[in-house]
Amino acid sequence: MKDVKVLGPGCSRCEVTAQMVRDEAAKLGLDVTVEKVTDYALIAGYGIASTPGIVIDGKVVHAGGLPKPDDVARWLVT
Amino acid sequence: MSADMSLTERKPPRDASPLAWGLATLAAIALWFVIYAQLSPFSQWLVARLPVEPGSHLAEAVTFFIYDTPKVLMLLTLVVFAMGVVRSFFSAERTRALLAGKREGLGNVAAAGLGIVTPFCSCSAVPLFVGFVSAGVPLGVTFSFLIAAPMVNEVALGLLFALVGWKVALTYLGFGLAVAIVAGWVIGRLHLEGWLEDWVRNVRASPVELPPNGMTLVDRIRAGLEAVRDIVGKVWMWIIAGIAAGAFIHGYVPEDLLASIMGRDAWWSVPAAVLLGIPMYSNAAGIIPVVEALLAKGAALGTVLAFMMAVIALSLPEMIILRKVLSLKLIAVFVGVVASGILAVGFLFNALFS
Repeated sequence: MKDVKVLGPGCSRCEVTAQMVRDEAAKLGLDVTVEKVTDYALIAGYGIASTPGIVIDGKVVHAGGLPKPDDVARWLVT
Repeated sequence: MSADMSLTERKPPRDASPLAWGLATLAAIALWFVIYAQLSPFSQWLVARLPVEPGSHLAEAVTFFIYDTPKVLMLLTLVVFAMGVVRSFFSAERTRALLAGKREGLGNVAAAGLGIVTPFCSCSAVPLFVGFVSAGVPLGVTFSFLIAAPMVNEVALGLLFALVGWKVALTYLGFGLAVAIVAGWVIGRLHLEGWLEDWVRNVRASPVELPPNGMTLVDRIRAGLEAVRDIVGKVWMWIIAGIAAGAFIHGYVPEDLLASIMGRDAWWSVPAAVLLGIPMYSNAAGIIPVVEALLAKGAALGTVLAFMMAVIALSLPEMIILRKVLSLKLIAVFVGVVASGILAVGFLFNALFS
């Protein structure tokens, strides 16, 4: 089970990103938990400077702008 | 090999070769110039066929609207596309790494310049601010970035270029950068780190190193198209509303009506324009067509530029967002310093170009 966190204050891009992670995980048949982190102090704690960010099992894989669905799939399987 | 085979082997456009994408982009740009060159004759041809009296107020307003709307939208599309491609080479994290530990002075200059090309959205302003400061980017340098990023943007520059000309667009670019550099430097000199909200000072995070995103040429062209879809898709209504207002001013407001209120001789008009601009919130898209019309009716360029900068750079919604990281005192200093800079630009410009 992978633990995915989507970092962002709740703008529309963050919503889209969270949904993209869920969709890609469903396509791959992966069991994931997707948690949205909206608290600014917690977001800052991950060391990113732009949102939305994606953290998989504690590791930051993306920051800033919408990710590409292909990349999300790649991050989920590795 | 049968014909069926070659059909199934034909790749979908999604995976087309970089060469095909490059050629298609060049062809699209060439087509853009062909259409653009036809806009003026087309609008005259169209207006001549409308049941309006030539030379009347209505005809003037309609011509302005019919010519300017496609012109502005086309120029904006081109500029936004180009900036979208340029921005794909930058990221907030990379900019932060470039600015971390930079001395003030040179750091302010670099921050303002990078503010133009780094992808930035106002909903990201707080994470960006905290991410910069906690990674050792000096406070004043961070402010230079945060002032330049929204103020000197491709929509403002593209529209100024389209409606008022490249000289004014370049001037806006130069003075916008100057305000960001000087205001950030002044804030840095004041040593106000203690005026940040407590939690910001307590953030201890090691800046992440993201793996290179391995973007190809095709990805960058796509990023440009995405920017067009995103930005032009969002602002086109504002532009049309703004051009309609501008068309009305063009057709019906008498020449030089504004010269006495917003002209060069009315010194108080610059501070008045800045004060008026601070609480107003509009993106560049809505305000610039009006700016163009004001200029045409005798308003002084410095006054109008000061108004525009105040509207774009100092907005209430952004301050509410920044209140999460800055104390009220620091926000007051920020507004005061930036407003003074804009004021100086207005006066200087009116004095220089008289």
